[in-house]
Amino acid sequence: MIKDIAIEAKNLTVGYGDYVLLKNADYQVNKGDIFIIMGGSGCGKSSMLRVLTGLIEPLKGTVIINGTDITKASEEEVQKIREKSGILYQSGALFSSMTLAENIMLPLQQYSDYSLSTIRELAELKLALVGLKGFGDFYPSEISGGMKKRAGLARALAMDPDIVYFDEPSAGLDPISSRNLDDLILELNHSLGTTIVVVTHELSSIFAIGNNSIFLDAQSKSILARGNPNDLLKNPPNEEVYKFLTRGGEK
Amino acid sequence: MQKKMQNVIDVEKVESNRLKIIISGDVLRQNIDTPFAVLQESLTSDIKKVDFIAENLEAWDSSLVLFIYDTRRLCQEKNVALNMQHLPQNLQDLIGLAFAVDRNPSRGSEKFSTIEEIGKKTLELKQKTADVLNFIGNVLSGIGRCLRFNSIMRKIDFFAALEDCGPKAIGIVCLISFLIGLILAFVGAVQLQTFGAQIYVASLVTIGMCRIMGAIMVGVIMSGRTGSSYAATIGTMQVNEELDALQTMGLSRIDFLVLPRLFALMIAMPILTMISDFLGMMGGAFVGVFLMDIPYQEYWNYAFKAFRLNNFLVGLFHSFCFAIIISLCGCYSGLKCEKNADGVGKATTKSVVCAIVWMIVVTGIITVICQELGI
Repeated sequence: MIKDIAIEAKNLTVGYGDYVLLKNADYQVNKGDIFIIMGGSGCGKSSMLRVLTGLIEPLKGTVIINGTDITKASEEEVQKIREKSGILYQSGALFSSMTLAENIMLPLQQYSDYSLSTIRELAELKLALVGLKGFGDFYPSEISGGMKKRAGLARALAMDPDIVYFDEPSAGLDPISSRNLDDLILELNHSLGTTIVVVTHELSSIFAIGNNSIFLDAQSKSILARGNPNDLLKNPPNEEVYKFLTRGGEK
Repeated sequence: MQKKMQNVIDVEKVESNRLKIIISGDVLRQNIDTPFAVLQESLTSDIKKVDFIAENLEAWDSSLVLFIYDTRRLCQEKNVALNMQHLPQNLQDLIGLAFAVDRNPSRGSEKFSTIEEIGKKTLELKQKTADVLNFIGNVLSGIGRCLRFNSIMRKIDFFAALEDCGPKAIGIVCLISFLIGLILAFVGAVQLQTFGAQIYVASLVTIGMCRIMGAIMVGVIMSGRTGSSYAATIGTMQVNEELDALQTMGLSRIDFLVLPRLFALMIAMPILTMISDFLGMMGGAFVGVFLMDIPYQEYWNYAFKAFRLNNFLVGLFHSFCFAIIISLCGCYSGLKCEKNADGVGKATTKSVVCAIVWMIVVTGIITVICQELGI
């Protein structure tokens, strides 16, 4: 079955100046996938995310998002893609001077024609969707780390994005909060059909939510494996992937 | 552009006690205010059931989710049965998710009466005063440790702070002091010229700069430049939990962060004030010699005659006191910074405002003391 492609990376080389993290990577993310970018520390996972979100340019190659090559697109075209993308950063990256509702209202006020009352209600709805109903007038400093991530996710969902990127969503969360966030990602993916790209090395999350993945390797600066993480665990293509997925060979 | 409302969300009364909400086509970036107002109007007390019909629904976004969410809340309020069976399953799941509240917000936001508020503020003020005194006490004991060579203050931090508040600040101090001397001379000249006494511009500028203006200007510059930087640096360390790390390692924040900055500023500011005094006099000379045609030699003769060592030393004493105020205000604001970006901004502002206010207060106190002592 041919699926629609949300993201396509062709011959992608990622790095900073002369320092190359990843060479000639090719991969595709289908629409509606929960796509995991995994690998050990320093393999270029977060840099890959920065390339996909247009924060840095690749050293070489192309990134096509919903049919637009962002490496060659004009600023306006990139802006349009950004409007239809949401990002959840490790810390939530909420603006500390604004309430949670104001954080969510910000992109809606900027990019939609909704009335202020509708925008306010939409912010409330997004907070309700992530389990933070009634927390709209709280400031980020008044809530816990897990709640900040949920609020960050609510902001990422504000513009009904086609693609949501997650940078280490489980980092700093207790197992229950981490599991709850995984469940939330699955529910939102199921209900909204949003394509989800997750950068993580949290094994429990990888197996719980991922249905497609790539494994980046710092030594060879390449993609060592690709496919459903659970399939990769059953049939690891090489030693590195096996060690990573089994915490160094743990049974 | 928002789409027109026709045939996207329609509210129809099907029976005397039943409403039907028909959703069709693409519901994208839809203005839901109008259909919701129609629904509110139609939802009279005799209505017992509302059905969603979405057979021809195609694409949808949050605007439809919000409409259904608001409808469900309205129906709950009015005890009306809502049938969502005909909505797509994922839309039903999403609404279910929005209503699945797993916790209730509680902030402990008690309301206080005015008297209670005054009492609360007074207690806060008492706590803040105690904090400040505690901080000053800690700094004094840190200085004591330093004098006994028992402090963990690193020399490299001290020299880095000294370089930052000394040589790197000379440029801006010179420029501002020269301009202040120039302005003083201009303002004085206008008045003195009416008496034919413009030569006394030299005395005015010399006394003004050496006694107080040099120190004040350096104080203002350094509180904006260095004091704020102390607050921002230490505040950011607070945000990054570096201060917590220091504490858990058993290292004194005072020795490690405050003392190098305090000592550096205590050394640098009197030197900068001397430079400022001289540059201010140069500014005055520029106006006197080039614009008021006072002979160069004569201007400096009057300037040196007006120069008094006690004025100069009072100026240096001011700058020494200002150095303590600026460094303590900057470091204290940084140490008390909230753990977020907004907190760093507030700490920076607070450090500058506090330093300037306390500089003025201390100037007043020193002036009164000097007056009483006849200095």
